[in-house]
Amino acid sequence: MDLTNNLQVLFQGLALGSIYALVALGFVLIIRAANVVNFAQGDFAMVGAYLMVATLGAMMPYWLAFIIAILAMGAFGWLFNVAVYYPLRHRSFLPVLISTLGASIFLQNLVQAIAGAQPRPLPKLLDFDGFLVAGVFLDSQYLAILGCTAICVLFQYFLFEHTLLGKQLQATSQDKDMARLLGIPVALLIALTFIYSAALGGLAGILVAPILFVSIGMGSIIALKAFAATIVGGFGDVKGAIVGGLLIGIVESFAAFHISVPYKDAYAFLMLFFILIFRPQGLFGEKISEKA
Amino acid sequence: MNATDTARSSNSSWHRPRLLGISAALLLVLLPWLGTLSPFVLSILMQAATYGIAVLGMVVVLGYTGQINLGQAAFFGFGAYSVAIGTTVYGLGFWPVLFIGLVIASIVGAALGMTTMRLGGHYLAMITISFQQIFDLVAVNWIDVTHGPDGVAGIGRPAVGGILLSDDRAYLSLCFLVLALMIALVAWLPHTRWGRAMCSIRDNELAAEVVGIPTLSVKIGAFTLCAALGAMGGGLYAAGFSYISPDNFNFSRAIEFLSMVLLGGAQSPFGGVLGTTLLILLPEWLKEMPKSLQFIKDVYLVIYGLAVILIMVFMPQGIWGLLRARFNTRSVMPMPAATLSFDDKDESHAVLLQVSGLSKSFGGLRAVDGLDLVVRRGTIHALIGPNGSGKTTTLNLISGIYRPNSGSMHVEDTDVTRKAPHQRAALGLGRTFQNIRLFSSMSVLENVIIGGQRRGNPIQPGEYALAHRAHAALGFVGLDDKCAELASQLPYGHQRLVEIARSIAGQPKLLLLDEPAAGLNQTEKGELVELLRRLRDEHGLTILLIDHDMRLVERVSDVITVLNFGKKIAEGTPTEVLQDPAVIAAYLGDTRGVS
Repeated sequence: MDLTNNLQVLFQGLALGSIYALVALGFVLIIRAANVVNFAQGDFAMVGAYLMVATLGAMMPYWLAFIIAILAMGAFGWLFNVAVYYPLRHRSFLPVLISTLGASIFLQNLVQAIAGAQPRPLPKLLDFDGFLVAGVFLDSQYLAILGCTAICVLFQYFLFEHTLLGKQLQATSQDKDMARLLGIPVALLIALTFIYSAALGGLAGILVAPILFVSIGMGSIIALKAFAATIVGGFGDVKGAIVGGLLIGIVESFAAFHISVPYKDAYAFLMLFFILIFRPQGLFGEKISEKA
Repeated sequence: MNATDTARSSNSSWHRPRLLGISAALLLVLLPWLGTLSPFVLSILMQAATYGIAVLGMVVVLGYTGQINLGQAAFFGFGAYSVAIGTTVYGLGFWPVLFIGLVIASIVGAALGMTTMRLGGHYLAMITISFQQIFDLVAVNWIDVTHGPDGVAGIGRPAVGGILLSDDRAYLSLCFLVLALMIALVAWLPHTRWGRAMCSIRDNELAAEVVGIPTLSVKIGAFTLCAALGAMGGGLYAAGFSYISPDNFNFSRAIEFLSMVLLGGAQSPFGGVLGTTLLILLPEWLKEMPKSLQFIKDVYLVIYGLAVILIMVFMPQGIWGLLRARFNTRSVMPMPAATLSFDDKDESHAVLLQVSGLSKSFGGLRAVDGLDLVVRRGTIHALIGPNGSGKTTTLNLISGIYRPNSGSMHVEDTDVTRKAPHQRAALGLGRTFQNIRLFSSMSVLENVIIGGQRRGNPIQPGEYALAHRAHAALGFVGLDDKCAELASQLPYGHQRLVEIARSIAGQPKLLLLDEPAAGLNQTEKGELVELLRRLRDEHGLTILLIDHDMRLVERVSDVITVLNFGKKIAEGTPTEVLQDPAVIAAYLGDTRGVS
């Protein structure tokens, strides 16, 4: 019984962690490409979920609504790049960071002004409830989350390691000036990164919405866990973002189950402080010092 | 106008702001008693005064030190809950519990700073947000102590001179008095060593560390002060409104504090208070709008978010910054002409810097590979070598920016191998940078003063001696007439000289110059050679320099060390070294001679 319960908690933790990992992944990609910590990353998930509510509301079949919502998120990512990042690209990190915070306030309140404060439900991706395996209930939405995350991680691995575009993205993240000299269209690649990362965020929002409901604030708390995931995993490290996200999902689920539910959201942050004190570069991070 | 007149008139212009400030503060304290203010207006003013104090903390941390704090509402909350719980549950007086709140907030602030500050800005943003969220969770859920979402009511007010300030006007006067005092404190800060250190970190953290500012401690100090100011505002807020609940201290409030300081102008306490006032009044003005514009009230926060982006893009210095740029009057206290002198003159040619077996790898690349180097007092020692031979890495190792993989470094008898850059500066290591690193938003004089305020600089204590030393250093490089200008507005060649002046203001024993002639024209190079020789011959200063200009190196140096692939391939007088076949081969790309 106890083992079954723990397995159930582990399963939920993994699914939740996948959502954090997806958002963290988008977050890390933007850090790497543009050296920007995007505080509106969670709101990408929120906007994505609301777009899905809108497209479904327009009587589209689920698959079409899904595709249109993801494409619209891509367009949104481009817009975000142009409005929030691009004008500040030559300034230090602080103005850009604050600008993304402004974007976060703007987006949350704009969506609230349009869609109202009432949380909305969103149907599951798959048309059945789930399986019961050895006493552990595998909810279909949790399975969908795990599946989609796996596909995204594989896709991204292939993109970065085995395509020219991926190499150019890596070059851009390592040294923008040098990349520019080599004829790599840096501004375009950064725009692409924002597009891809917004689509990833939107996907995370659509996936998590059937569990959490679609609400204005849904993104903020996911984003904070995703931030924690990137630090736990190693700042700016792709592998770290995935592992960190999963780890936080699991720790959080177990702590909520065994210790206390009201403080569920605090465990990720406690883990964050713990990591910062004992291993500040994160699980996979390297120490980097500034060049003189 | 003769000299004394000039001195007197600049002296009075020096004192005018102080008089203006004192009268403004008096006016502020008397404001609640001028005319009859409705309870509503009084509460708006009370909000503005208490928020204003918390926003002053943001001025210190964001505006002066260039660090972010997205958890100021939590520090505000520490003060508020201390006063709330202390006066209601424990029946303590206002002042002792406010003090306890300040202490708690300071300790928490310092602890946050110590764990995060060495990791850089991004981390601080995330950690302060996380901290803010945890505070919110605890305030809502720890019902035994905080009363949870119901909040705490019946919070007590302070007594001054035995009289309880239950009258709102009297209490508001007290709030304004505290606000005025805190504005004065924050306005005075940039004129102190500590405040200048903060601003130098904001402008260029690496340079600040290298010229001797203990950047980590200063950042933690700034963060602690910010937390304390937050708690002070919060404590006054709680007593003022006699009721608090967790939603007064959540993340939205923290963002509000941030927006206030950004809108008004983060680099000045007046900007911070201006921004606070505007953002508190704005919703009230919107309520007064005609019906046709009432929709603005509903999308108020949308505009708010948009405004933050627009301020960042178009008005990074805030409203106060714009005003100040328009009415810019930079004045410098007049000072008698000064000549440079070094206390530490030593003709012995003893060993000053000894580097042994120094190695540094980046991944698989051995940038510096077992280097031995001895620099003797009173000499100009040049480090040359082809591109990528490890010269700048060596300099970075000596000044402590990089940690070596192996080897040791001694300055006189002190082992500095494990010391931080600012500790090395305190031992008398000065340096300049290849790509100039000045404190660009500060005046030329301030830049040089910061160089002079390193620990261990053998000058008289006090601001006067410091300014005097800075003028002398500027005079030595011939730029004293530019002392009031902004460092970033000087032409390139002058900026290089300001960097040198900044170093010599600190009376270094050893001056490290990283390509001092880069980007200079022939005349300027000639002047540089002259300057370096005078530093050595008149002041006995020891210099270790890197440069690519062989003619300059040949003319100025006593000893040349040649590096290639991180190893020393030759050393000696200029004539010996520049005729060495190995050196010629290294420069012309023939590796046969090097083996």
